[in-house]
Amino acid sequence: MDQILEPFGYVFFREALLVAGLSGALLGFIGVFIVLRGMSYIGHGLSHSIFGGFAAVQLFAAQFYVLGAGLWGIASALAINTVTKRSRLGADAAIGVITTASFALGVALFARFGTSGPSFESALFGSILGISPEQILWLVLVSLLAVAFVFLRYRALLFSTFDPEVADVSGIRVNRIEAQLMVILSLSILATLTVIGVTLVAAMLVIPAVVARMLTDSFGRMLAWSTGIGTVSGLVGMYVSYYADVPSGTMIVLVGAAIFLVVFAFAGRARRRRSAGLDSHVEPVPASSVVRQ
Amino acid sequence: MTGTGVGPELIRLTDVEAGYGHAPVLHSVDLHVHQDQFSGIVGPSGSGKTTLLRLLLGIVKPMSGTITTQPGLRTAYVPQLETVNWDFPITVRECVLMSGSSAREQRRLWPWASAEENDRAHAVLARLGIEALADRQIRQLSGGQQQRMFLARALYRRPQLLLLDEPTSGVDVSTRHDVLHLLADLHADGVAIVLTTHDLNGMAAHLPHLVCVNHRVIADGTPEQVIRPEVLEQTFGARMEVLEHLGMRVVVDERPEHVMRVQP
Repeated sequence: MDQILEPFGYVFFREALLVAGLSGALLGFIGVFIVLRGMSYIGHGLSHSIFGGFAAVQLFAAQFYVLGAGLWGIASALAINTVTKRSRLGADAAIGVITTASFALGVALFARFGTSGPSFESALFGSILGISPEQILWLVLVSLLAVAFVFLRYRALLFSTFDPEVADVSGIRVNRIEAQLMVILSLSILATLTVIGVTLVAAMLVIPAVVARMLTDSFGRMLAWSTGIGTVSGLVGMYVSYYADVPSGTMIVLVGAAIFLVVFAFAGRARRRRSAGLDSHVEPVPASSVVRQ
Repeated sequence: MTGTGVGPELIRLTDVEAGYGHAPVLHSVDLHVHQDQFSGIVGPSGSGKTTLLRLLLGIVKPMSGTITTQPGLRTAYVPQLETVNWDFPITVRECVLMSGSSAREQRRLWPWASAEENDRAHAVLARLGIEALADRQIRQLSGGQQQRMFLARALYRRPQLLLLDEPTSGVDVSTRHDVLHLLADLHADGVAIVLTTHDLNGMAAHLPHLVCVNHRVIADGTPEQVIRPEVLEQTFGARMEVLEHLGMRVVVDERPEHVMRVQP
């Protein structure tokens, strides 16, 4: 028993657990919108893009790396949005170009100049160490912002996710809602970056939401389930990573994947099919660029 | 589109040219949509009928010409069924309530519906005969029920103008009848209606007013005025025969035996 509770004696571990649980909750919560909009690849791309900003900014002003990487992430999110809407390029192509280039830049800068902030490895895969009080505060603020955004714009967000074209005709500013969601997504990835890591954060956006979809047909309950599954993955993953002595992000993702497998095995065929349809979502492109007669 | 009578003008298109990219799909379109409008836009695929509907919706902007819309006009839109993901985790009731997001209802600070909104949603679902399905996930509806749900979502907005894109494609005959009767009732209640259809016999011939489109407005008027061989040939590019049956116009392909022969 003492051995099981041993890590709880350390302040750094308790803080790491708090951050991991909250990170899982935040990504699970936002992930519902990302998955239902068929934007999983954007989450994947943005996290890589933010890594580039993170590497670049800490060269000049290490103390501002969070701010710099955040602005970089928001800028790439908006750039993806703009490139997709203004040109005939598909969103996946735009994401592939913009975010992979940014990631490559980050790796090159890290390799050439090293780091004065968090280590290369912990930025990539997450780390239990080096969680500062500012980071905790930052994560709490981003979580509150995400909850407030979803709460206050619930219907507009739901409508523009389900049927962007009719939402647009019904007076909802679909593009604005989408841009706001991208900003919240960038901030969420940034706030969870050090504990989950840029290469693994996309999985935590997708796994809880997909599992939640198998468990319920109601949007509200899906939000709750996804947040809960994210939290459990974060807490258990962090705890296991302490004993396994591996980067925290890896264990958090593996716990999420284990939950997925269990639910997938026990869910009936009909329930599995529900989540199979998740990616056949109609692309949220602006109606004006759709050629249909 | 002078409609079936008079009444205040809701939308006016003057010499409008519209399309996507650099190629215009529609040329020199002049249309007026009045409050008592009940019209079908007919034409072959690629003729610009959906573009015309999108101009009325304001989704497509004209390349030249002007569109004047009555200030504060409440429009509702019923898209084709395949435009949404039916696996989306919402119930019929949630789907209907969603469209209450008018400017005023959007500014509300809490996500859940008020008692008044729930009552209104229930009344709309009851009118369409699907109130018993209110708590079903939307995938569990038949095609006809899905179409009714879309109509319920549109009616929940209490529209002055209802626009529908191919409302009877992919639904069975009895749903098509129900939809037609419902639209006639709504029109009698004072809702202006414009829809697109490629179904000349099942839909267009039952409407009071038609607009034939093939990159421009070929003709408009009552079915008696426009369902004529020469107009249909200009619109569809093929000869068709028009018969009269119990006072209704019925369109048949001119040489069905020829069509039969070329089929494998």
